[in-house]
Amino acid sequence: MTTERPLTGSMKLNGEPLDIREYEKAGGYQAFRKALGSMTPAEIQSVVKDSGLRGRGGAGFPTGQKWSFMPAVDTVPGPRYLIANADEMEPGTFKDRVLIEGNPHQLIEGIIISAYALQVDRAYIFLRCDYRRGAMRLLRALEEAYAANYAGKNILGSGFTLDIRLHVSAGRYICGEETALLNALEGRRPVPRAKPPHPQTCGLWGRPTVINNTETFCNIPHIVDKGAAWFKGLGLTEGGTKIYTASGRVKRPGAWELPLGTPLRDLLNEHAGGMADGYSFRAVIPGGASTDFLLEEHLDVNMDFTAPQKFGSRLGTGGLIVLDDRTCPVGLVSNLIHFFSRESCGWCTPCREGLPWVAKTLQAIEDGEGRPEDIGILEGHTRLLGPGNTFCFLAPGAMEPLQSALTYFRDDFERHIREKRCPWR
Amino acid sequence: MLTEEEKTEIMSAIRHHESGRAACVDVLKIVQRHRGWVSDEIHDIAGLLDMTTEEVDGLATFYSFIFRKPVGKHMILICDSVCCWTMGYEVMREHLTARLGIRPGETTGDGQFTLLPVSCLGLCDAAPAMIIGDEVFGNLTTEKIDAILERYAD
Ligand SMILES: Cc1cc2nc3c(=O)[nH]c(=O)nc-3n(C[C@H](O)[C@H](O)[C@H](O)COP(=O)(O)O)c2cc1C
Ligand code: SF4
Repeated sequence: MTTERPLTGSMKLNGEPLDIREYEKAGGYQAFRKALGSMTPAEIQSVVKDSGLRGRGGAGFPTGQKWSFMPAVDTVPGPRYLIANADEMEPGTFKDRVLIEGNPHQLIEGIIISAYALQVDRAYIFLRCDYRRGAMRLLRALEEAYAANYAGKNILGSGFTLDIRLHVSAGRYICGEETALLNALEGRRPVPRAKPPHPQTCGLWGRPTVINNTETFCNIPHIVDKGAAWFKGLGLTEGGTKIYTASGRVKRPGAWELPLGTPLRDLLNEHAGGMADGYSFRAVIPGGASTDFLLEEHLDVNMDFTAPQKFGSRLGTGGLIVLDDRTCPVGLVSNLIHFFSRESCGWCTPCREGLPWVAKTLQAIEDGEGRPEDIGILEGHTRLLGPGNTFCFLAPGAMEPLQSALTYFRDDFERHIREKRCPWR
Repeated sequence: MLTEEEKTEIMSAIRHHESGRAACVDVLKIVQRHRGWVSDEIHDIAGLLDMTTEEVDGLATFYSFIFRKPVGKHMILICDSVCCWTMGYEVMREHLTARLGIRPGETTGDGQFTLLPVSCLGLCDAAPAMIIGDEVFGNLTTEKIDAILERYAD
């Protein structure tokens, strides 16, 4: 098993970001020079495709394939855009914050190389507003990159021009959904757009646009530098590394870059240090709030894009949320649904009306006012708000932890209703 | 009425964007930086951005961190999402409300603090957590909260 950590290995232990000199000393901007100096855009696209890199934003779409849907410049001339999604508001997820704060130049280099590969001359970084430290570090790094002419006009005399802008948002989870993000950048109400057309053909201001997650872009320089075969070799079961994080009652909450496919048990026991003293493990939501619970019996699963599906869950964002024995599962799910209900953009009826209803029902059960029929009502909603019935994935995502909680913690729900109280309070 | 200073900043923000509309969130933030919140300036802003007042208000009310009501000098944004909740958010919230004498969403009588429970701040490894201004506070305890409030009280 490899211990290479291309994305985080050169980060400083004191938490300060690498400046441009330090980044270059650690090998940074080497891939950028190689790409602009000796590779054609098509060659870069093909190495990204061959690497098998899959999007790190939660859905795992193959990046090379996504890029290939963008029409070539000669068929569709005119403006085209690239967007780095750094909105990161999925509860239990903070990997992009770690990447941006620790090494902002890595993201910028990934953006420049990708923009060159797609022949884009305007890129945006869409950052959530609470990441103020990240914003300051990105602005500083962008200044350095412009000063070195790694961005801006006629980059290093190559004839390639790229403008990179930082857009700091103003809060709302839905802005991270890629088509809502497009509306947000255009200054429209950030509700999702209908797909198709996909952003690659009709995105920002109706122009061809590629949107990728921050972690996805951070992988690009390394793939271009060291090649597709090297990248594939990094992972345990699928290509590359992954930034996994863990929070909840574990000994060492944190973030770790590990081979893709690292078993869930190793993440919990080895990296997160096991459960905190006085707490035992009950279940884990493995990939941010929109994924299904997994239990002790599932812990040997490899955390990659396919294996967790066997047990009805997903890699998602790789953000583990641990449920311990002293926390009420009904209360926890109720908290999750309140988040989704508050963050619903209100565009489509099932989500706008359904989520508050589910939230109210869960709160009633938690408060000891639940009725026996409420469990059936909740189950009905996991289907009503499930895939295919809503305009975007916010509502179906919200139903994932609820549906598995209703299966795995059935007794706890029933006990709340029977005893007319929360046994944990 | 927008001040000359605000207008200058707004015009420069518009020049930096593709259109007035695309600058809208930045422009709302400019006004909020000067005043703490965004009031009837919405109308003037709309004129400068070539948008209707309703469109600007639609955006201003959509975003969580554009305030359409007066807020305190210090915004206490306390994360109420899953990891912070698991790690003691409710105890921290109760402590803050007792110390400040306000309920969540309210502002203290002296206009110093507004307490706002907010969605996941991405500080899950340091839960429970909150943000005041540019400062991030993690692994909160009631003692820590007392010390933090002490520092901000002036
Ligand atoms: C409600 C919702 C919120 C989302 N938030 C984010 C986000 O904050 N960051 C992100 O990268 N992707 C987010 N996504 C996924 C994006 O729509 C998109 O799939 C992703 O940015 C694509 O990048 P990738 O292909 O590199 O994974 C969200 C999706 C939904 C439905
Ligand atoms: S599912 Fe919810 S968040 Fe998505 S478009 Fe519908 S109302 Fe908006």
